[in-house]
Amino acid sequence: MLKIKNLKATINEKLILKGLDLDIKPGEVHAIMGPNGSGKSTLANVLSGKNGYEIEGEISFNGTDLNDLKIEERAQKGIFLAFQYPLEIPGVNTNNFLRTSLNSVRKARGEKELDTLTFLKLIKEKAKELNIDEKFLSRQLNVGFSGGEKKKNEILQMKLLEPKLSILDETDSGLDIDALRIVADGVNSYKNKKNAFLIITHYQRLLDYIKPDFIHVLSAGKIIKTGNADLGEQLEKTGYANLS
Amino acid sequence: MKNQDINIDKEYKYGFTTDIESIRSPKGLNEDTIKFISNIKKEPKWMLEWRLKAFNRLQSLKEPNWQKPKYPKINYQDLYYYSAPKSASEKPKSLDEIDPKILETYKKLGIPLVEQQRLNGIAVDAVFDSVSVATTFKDELTKKGIIFCSISEAIQEHPDLVKKYLGSVIPLSDHYFATLNSAVFTDGSFVYIPPNTRCPMELSTYFRINASETGQFERTLIIADKGSYVSYLEGCTAPMRDENQLHAANVELIALDDAEIKYSTVQNWYPGDKNGVGGIYNFVTKRGACRGKNSKISWTQVETGSAITWKYPSCILQGDNSVGEFYSIAITNNYQKADTGTKMIHLGKNTKSKIISKGISAGNADNTYRGLVDINKKATNSRNYTQCDSLLMGNKCGAHTVPYIKNKNSTSTIEHEATTTKINEEQLYYCNQRGLDQEEAVSLIVNGFCKEVLQQLPMEFAVEAQKLVAISLEGSVG
Repeated sequence: MLKIKNLKATINEKLILKGLDLDIKPGEVHAIMGPNGSGKSTLANVLSGKNGYEIEGEISFNGTDLNDLKIEERAQKGIFLAFQYPLEIPGVNTNNFLRTSLNSVRKARGEKELDTLTFLKLIKEKAKELNIDEKFLSRQLNVGFSGGEKKKNEILQMKLLEPKLSILDETDSGLDIDALRIVADGVNSYKNKKNAFLIITHYQRLLDYIKPDFIHVLSAGKIIKTGNADLGEQLEKTGYANLS
Repeated sequence: MKNQDINIDKEYKYGFTTDIESIRSPKGLNEDTIKFISNIKKEPKWMLEWRLKAFNRLQSLKEPNWQKPKYPKINYQDLYYYSAPKSASEKPKSLDEIDPKILETYKKLGIPLVEQQRLNGIAVDAVFDSVSVATTFKDELTKKGIIFCSISEAIQEHPDLVKKYLGSVIPLSDHYFATLNSAVFTDGSFVYIPPNTRCPMELSTYFRINASETGQFERTLIIADKGSYVSYLEGCTAPMRDENQLHAANVELIALDDAEIKYSTVQNWYPGDKNGVGGIYNFVTKRGACRGKNSKISWTQVETGSAITWKYPSCILQGDNSVGEFYSIAITNNYQKADTGTKMIHLGKNTKSKIISKGISAGNADNTYRGLVDINKKATNSRNYTQCDSLLMGNKCGAHTVPYIKNKNSTSTIEHEATTTKINEEQLYYCNQRGLDQEEAVSLIVNGFCKEVLQQLPMEFAVEAQKLVAISLEGSVG
């Protein structure tokens, strides 16, 4: 599904990713761990198409060269990024935003746009699965939401848009244990043979709930070690410093 | 990575010209022109005298120049002050008698006057250059004692009301443009709502400038008698031309005891081209008097057009417990300039005013909020709340906030909040990541920014206004 070859990314003349290879197949869950400043969030940004990076190397997504696509085109093709810090947009009703978003994606997929009533029915269902109060959907997008509410809102959007590849950028940061469980349940219930996950995290904590097939250790812009779920536990004990 | 390259230059949708034979006054500003206007409108003598008094007064007034947007000197002798379709020289009695070309024009503008008759809800007065060409739903309104007609007709048919109220809020000897208007005004709407009557439909006037080298001098007068209510909306468009055309309107509102007037404007005059050539000078005086106790006047404006917008819809809160409101969205793109805001003059006790202003600047545009809150000595326990927010798009535009605050008693409260923000790249990124393209994202964020004002508009127009907000900013994020 996603093939990255010798990816280099530079921002403000600083080389952050220094030749990264990654291969993600449908049905797989990959975790990227690594110390601060290793380039984890840069990878998420680059995959989503965020402006400001100079890119070298290949990124192909289901056979399409991602470098040719705009941010929204990547999103429409099924790349979803759950933000580490979801943005507040004052004056914009959450429901309205979600509907606009879903319909843009549906339109791109050649599906019919949903009318308000059908949408409301759908969103209520999805919100219930994540234990999200309906009232929260009529509030302004992320405005005054707690950290946990913002992250749950990201997972809600993921489930609504049904992406092929979901990138979770430190979704576990700032979550208490209950919220963490809800988020993990949300991911697990969406996981199937056709979609894939790239989970970026500092800690093993989230991986106790979402079992990865692969764990990659990112350090100074390169993947220095790849292993299975056991690698996470090992890292928890020994830290990153002992890897080379 | 592809940079988001948005450079769709949407044409101004209403820029067409109607080819129609018109009757014009001779060029130039002088007593003869004024007599020509008064004569062609078959005005009574008192009206001509009133105009001439204003013209005399004008000789001792100078054009103001304290405003932020400067403009080349206007040659008032080189303008036509009256232009009307020949076919409208005798005002048509029914819609069937209106020149089909004019009907077609309004249809193209989205105001189908004929169909309008059959649709419920909105009565329209259509002003084409210097004359009102049609007013719909008149009969139904007359049954309730409501008068909705052109000001020219009101001068003939309801002289007592006109004499009593015309110039009572904007006196003859006000400032230069207001006085100019008093001398040469041509047409506009007149509304009178009798006591204890709630106007059953939205009243609206659609102003269209068609002729070139012509100034439009609109005059509107709305009176809400005791315990009455009316909601009124005006819309404006003009053809695309290289010249700058002057629109100098006077609008007067009077609310008596317990009456309420809600006045909404969606201003979409031709803004000029991308390089700032052409466009309307929209120099307008709008003022409302809350003359009675517990009365209320609420101004809502969505200003997206014009090369220069220069206006301060104001409220004079004379009656005790009266309320004034001003909700404004001013959008300037390319080389457009706006200097707009309001004046809230508190005279009565326990008077309240609220100002919500949203200024949006893009391209090379310049946007100024200028407002006065003046609480007089006798206006005890009065309150004002002001919120001015500015949104900047790009690095070449400007936003300025110039509030004047005067409080002359110790029991009143004034609050002022102001923010200036740049459209946030991260917010755009977030929206893009959710599948929205750049234009959709900008429209969503800007409409969110303007929401408090948009929701003041009557339902039917709120949707239109939202679209207009989005169109005005198209191509502004690169």
